[in-house]
Amino acid sequence: MRIQIFTVLVAVALLLVIFQLVRKNKLLEQYSLLWIASAVLLIVLALWRDLQTWMSNLIGIYYPPSALFLIAIVCGMVIALHFSVVISNLREQNHLLAQEMALLKEKIEKLNSES
Amino acid sequence: MTKPLKILVIIPAYNEEGSICGVIEEIRALKTDMDILVINDASTDETECLVADMNEIVLTLPFNLGIGGAVQTGFKYAHDNGYDIAVQVDGDGQHIPGQIPLLIEALQTEADVVVGSRFIRTLGYTTSRTRRIGVHVFMLVNSLILKQKITDSTSGFRAYNKRAVAFLANYYPHDYPEPESIVMLGRNGFCIREVAVEMRGREHGQSSISALRSVYYMIKVLLAIFVDLFREKIIH
Repeated sequence: MRIQIFTVLVAVALLLVIFQLVRKNKLLEQYSLLWIASAVLLIVLALWRDLQTWMSNLIGIYYPPSALFLIAIVCGMVIALHFSVVISNLREQNHLLAQEMALLKEKIEKLNSES
Repeated sequence: MTKPLKILVIIPAYNEEGSICGVIEEIRALKTDMDILVINDASTDETECLVADMNEIVLTLPFNLGIGGAVQTGFKYAHDNGYDIAVQVDGDGQHIPGQIPLLIEALQTEADVVVGSRFIRTLGYTTSRTRRIGVHVFMLVNSLILKQKITDSTSGFRAYNKRAVAFLANYYPHDYPEPESIVMLGRNGFCIREVAVEMRGREHGQSSISALRSVYYMIKVLLAIFVDLFREKIIH
């Protein structure tokens, strides 16, 4: 019972923080989606004990509340992976920008010295 | 009379204050009308000042991209400005500019890419044992994937024709690009040739690959080559 209350409290707090961050434009909506989905999933599992038991049986966990931890860890990993992809993408764009900038700078200097 | 070829020598330089001017002087001493392009990869030493005084084309990157990103900037420049041939020469003085004509000559015999190899004839330059092991692994990988023996795929002393430059301007690996780019080029149907060259040991600065890093280097490059195999060919 306690673990349920604890999970719900943590998940609700998480939702509030995410909402606040999005509202203040510190977190883009697209990057908040996975967080919101994770928090909601945890709340549903914490409150809906039958589902929790069913899932635990399915994956062979004898103590259903510990399934919550597993789910939370998996959610965290999915989010981390998602960010690795985002970072790789950013790095790629960063790379292109730097190269483009160096090329343009040279072009401008050439133009300046001609005029 | 055919139009003379427009040739660009690309020199990536990251903190090469001790050697960069010597490299440029040696290229000038060839008395050809090759253009020289230095890519200053956000050096923190005097490289930028020294090169500025040499009156050659300089591209200065806003932050350090590493050898792959730096050289690729050179390919982009060569591509944008319609060069027929791009030659890559390291700024650390290991490559001997006097041998550039060897590469260009070989490029004109129906090759898209010419790699200067120090292992065809073992001249000068003796390399460490770990490096030799690595070199053999890459040789094996290349013969397996490309069915071609490339003896020195870690060599950055290369010449590319227009078609290869256009390809590399868009697709070039970031870190430790040399062996991976060979596989990429080979798989996309570019004809690769090697010519025997000599190389000097380093006189100034530090090699980009220290002893401890070489393990990381091998794993990273092999992983990249392995993943490349599962990518669609870019040119069909």
